[in-house]
Amino acid sequence: MTVLKRLLRTPEGLAGTIMLCLLALAALLAPIIFPSDPLSIAGPALLPPFTDAAFPLGTDRLGRDVLAGLVHGARASLAVGIAAAAVAVIVGALVGTIAGFAGGLVDEALMRIVDAFQIVPSFLLALAFVSVTGASLTVVIIAIALGAWTGPARLARAEVLSIRERDYVAAARVIGMHPLEIALRQVLPHALPPVLALSSVIVASAVLIEAALSFLGLGDPNIVTWGSMIAEGRNVLRSAPFLSIIPGFGLVVTVLGVYLFSEGLSDAISARKTTN
Amino acid sequence: MQRAFHLLRRRLISSIPVLLIVIVGTFLLLEAAPGDAVDAYVLSIGGGDPALVQSLRASYGLDQSLGARLWLYLTSLARLDLGWSVTFGRPILDVILERLPNTIWLMGSALALSFGLGSILGIVAGARPGSMSDRVLSVGSLALYAVPSFWLGLVLSIVFAVQLRWLPTSGIETIASGKQGFERALDIARHLILPVGALGFIYLALFLRMMRAGMAQAWRQDFALAQRAKGLSRRRIVLRHIARNALLPLVTMLGLQAASMLGGSVVIESVFAIPGFGRLAQEAVAGRDAPLLIGIIIVSALLVILVNLLVDIAYALLDPRVGASGATT
Repeated sequence: MTVLKRLLRTPEGLAGTIMLCLLALAALLAPIIFPSDPLSIAGPALLPPFTDAAFPLGTDRLGRDVLAGLVHGARASLAVGIAAAAVAVIVGALVGTIAGFAGGLVDEALMRIVDAFQIVPSFLLALAFVSVTGASLTVVIIAIALGAWTGPARLARAEVLSIRERDYVAAARVIGMHPLEIALRQVLPHALPPVLALSSVIVASAVLIEAALSFLGLGDPNIVTWGSMIAEGRNVLRSAPFLSIIPGFGLVVTVLGVYLFSEGLSDAISARKTTN
Repeated sequence: MQRAFHLLRRRLISSIPVLLIVIVGTFLLLEAAPGDAVDAYVLSIGGGDPALVQSLRASYGLDQSLGARLWLYLTSLARLDLGWSVTFGRPILDVILERLPNTIWLMGSALALSFGLGSILGIVAGARPGSMSDRVLSVGSLALYAVPSFWLGLVLSIVFAVQLRWLPTSGIETIASGKQGFERALDIARHLILPVGALGFIYLALFLRMMRAGMAQAWRQDFALAQRAKGLSRRRIVLRHIARNALLPLVTMLGLQAASMLGGSVVIESVFAIPGFGRLAQEAVAGRDAPLLIGIIIVSALLVILVNLLVDIAYALLDPRVGASGATT
């Protein structure tokens, strides 16, 4: 039985997969369902939800459609989450592999750098980075990845340390393969699976950090995000609390979906291991 | 005790190069920022002539080369001088020390809440794996774990402060209330309930899940089986053996989460308008106050090192195996 089938058999895996599929669908179809700019004014201001069929979730202070913002926000959240996790995993896996494979002084130096990144709160680091370079989508992605690559680096290094002593690596050495080629082509692929398993957790935390950054007004101002919608709703928290509450559900569903998916996936993988 | 002291010294020495990397790294990062504090200041006073800008730069030492400034920064840091904040017009160390206690209260209470309640609920869930209470707590904690803390803070304040009016919406204490001693402490505690809840709940879920997982694992070990065979009551096995074994990884987690919690308090302090360390970081960003931001990052790194030292000591005291071999080297 394939991992995918097992994944869909666990209740967590099924729920998580459905949630993520719906979100991905919303993100992909956003420009088709709501072709106009979600930041443009669409109707009367501060319309409460479920009162007007044209604006099912109401409108904000400036008369912008909340549902359109919510659907377009899924794009930004997923894009930033996945891209930041990808950068973090790639950089982390490379650094960890080099550190573990080279050993000695290189290992020591690289791991001290990892330590340094780990003792600085990643959110503060992201805050500082965005404030230095100015907010844009790419900057936010790099800023989040800056605080997230250390986990994959440590894990990859630990894996590489156990792999590098195996016979086939020794054989590769004997036939005169370049150390860099051994590290990247022979060792790295085997060290990767546990690192990839970690990546879903990184996606989830990246989504949360992006939301927090744009909540503080440090996100890309030209893109609608859930965090910026929550911040915008804060101005009318007393009269229209729904404006802050609704986008938060988008965040909860995304993060919960990722967690459920990864839990189901790890169950499915471990179940396969025990049956084989 | 001597073992703990040994461990402490070793950890302190190994954290020095790491701290140095942090200092140089943040210094270089913020040097890359376009514009400096003088630009921001001149902009805030509505512009000034080049001569004024020049003299301001010279007086803050901003006209020297990068290497010279880094060296100047490191040497003054060695004298515990973090520099001068242009936005506040005061020494940076003073500003930070003034704000730090609020954040330490917030973080400390949130850690205590999440660790205490999380481990207790984790014991409840892990005492009977697969039971109804276990399932409810597992699903509930997973849902809670997915909730962004700043949004939870907003929702809590909509419900408890705006609608029910039970608790204050913002601030660390009632301004100019003239309260003293115990009354003041009570007032601060009332202001802290919502932010601590918002910051702590996500970690509560984390500790609950870890405790539960650890206990589920401990149940499968031989000693648990032996105790059940011996006829020990379930309650005794759970409390004296299973839970104890599962508690140690939580202590490690406490240290690992210190940095993330400090980052989380930046947003929570902004939501509840608490004049703390995190809000200071936001103000430093808004004021383009690079030296202040460097100072904040260095102090937060120090704080994280300190928390991890405390965790290491606690660990050494709890688990006699830790550091036993290291003490002789």
